[in-house]
Amino acid sequence: MSKLFSKENRQVFAAPLNLDNPILIQVLGICSALAVTAQLEPAIVMGLSVTVITAFSNVIISLIRKTIPNRIRIIIQLVVVAALVTIVSMILTAFAYDVSVQLSVYVGLIITNCILMGRLEAFAMMNGPWESFLDGIGNGLGYAYILVIVGAVRELLGSGTLLGFTIIPEGAYAAGYVNNGMMTMPAMALIILGCVIWVHRSINKEEKK
Amino acid sequence: MEHALSLFVRSIFVDNMIFASFLGMCSYLAVSKNVKTSFGLGVAVTFVLLVTVPVDYLLQTKVLAADGIFGTDLTYLSFILFIAVIAGITQLVEMVVERFSPTLYGALGIFLPLIAVNCAIMGASLFMQQRIEMDPNTSSQAIGSLGDAVVYALGAGIGWLLAIVALAAIREKMAYTDVPKPLRGLGITFITVGLMAMAFMCFSGLSL
Repeated sequence: MSKLFSKENRQVFAAPLNLDNPILIQVLGICSALAVTAQLEPAIVMGLSVTVITAFSNVIISLIRKTIPNRIRIIIQLVVVAALVTIVSMILTAFAYDVSVQLSVYVGLIITNCILMGRLEAFAMMNGPWESFLDGIGNGLGYAYILVIVGAVRELLGSGTLLGFTIIPEGAYAAGYVNNGMMTMPAMALIILGCVIWVHRSINKEEKK
Repeated sequence: MEHALSLFVRSIFVDNMIFASFLGMCSYLAVSKNVKTSFGLGVAVTFVLLVTVPVDYLLQTKVLAADGIFGTDLTYLSFILFIAVIAGITQLVEMVVERFSPTLYGALGIFLPLIAVNCAIMGASLFMQQRIEMDPNTSSQAIGSLGDAVVYALGAGIGWLLAIVALAAIREKMAYTDVPKPLRGLGITFITVGLMAMAFMCFSGLSL
């Protein structure tokens, strides 16, 4: 057991959460991060789906990495990912229909999410299944929590709710508080993400040098 | 004809790939450092779109749909099939560019093969798949024929090209400005794109 959770493996898991975050530092997977974050619920579902798919595609590619011819590896990786995304998409349609309608094409677009291809190329092709699994989970969660932050800010300021529950008290509206409709527009997602990056870089300024 | 024109204008301005649905963001942010390279990538994306969307349209209507050649609904295979078509065609484009324009090939570098995983390409095919079911009489987004699919692909590509060239021009100027240190690079780029997206919002509701 101690070997499974050795220092290196913990590092593999923890690095993408902060210092090597897929969205903030590596700038991967931006498209879906912006498009699904108008509300908190689709953001959480999307984050979990990406985490699961990254972890399992990492494991599968890592298991068969020695048998993949180098020239056609991209196609093989894409097919593995596409198959996993098809399964996740069907599960979402069956068990969380409302959310899957909200996510619309962005579930299918997980296939072209750069985080997946980036991790497969950079990590799973060179490491064993267990390390790849941890790396996938770490990167998926690193992606998910940024989505949750952006989603929470947009839903709270845009419609005064979180996960559909009203947070802003009635009294505030009576006193003249107005929901910022701009927050639900796509443009604000970019600006909020820009601010998150700003904060993150200010905090980590010393460590990066 | 009227429908095609309306679809074309809508797909450039109103349903702009970058500003309305955030597709193709990764290469959009990474390549938009100078105008010339961005223009090259924009043209490459437009070209790949022009080929893949009509091919995927034919696959969707003739092979995967319930009244296609197999007679059963195979839509669940669409992700795998579309991505295979896109990866194949990208490979082809890469070979053509390498043969006829080595300078462009050198400038695009890694990003050419990455068009295969550019969300804009896959996204356009998936939007096309959704829009087939819309009614052309009531919605100007509907794609009812192969011609519509070509028009949509061209519009989406030009919209993407327009967006990346505009951002590259802004970033070239921004190199001379004094931006707060932690905001430099990625942060300020995001905020710029956000402001551009706001400007594009005033096109919404535009119809011909």
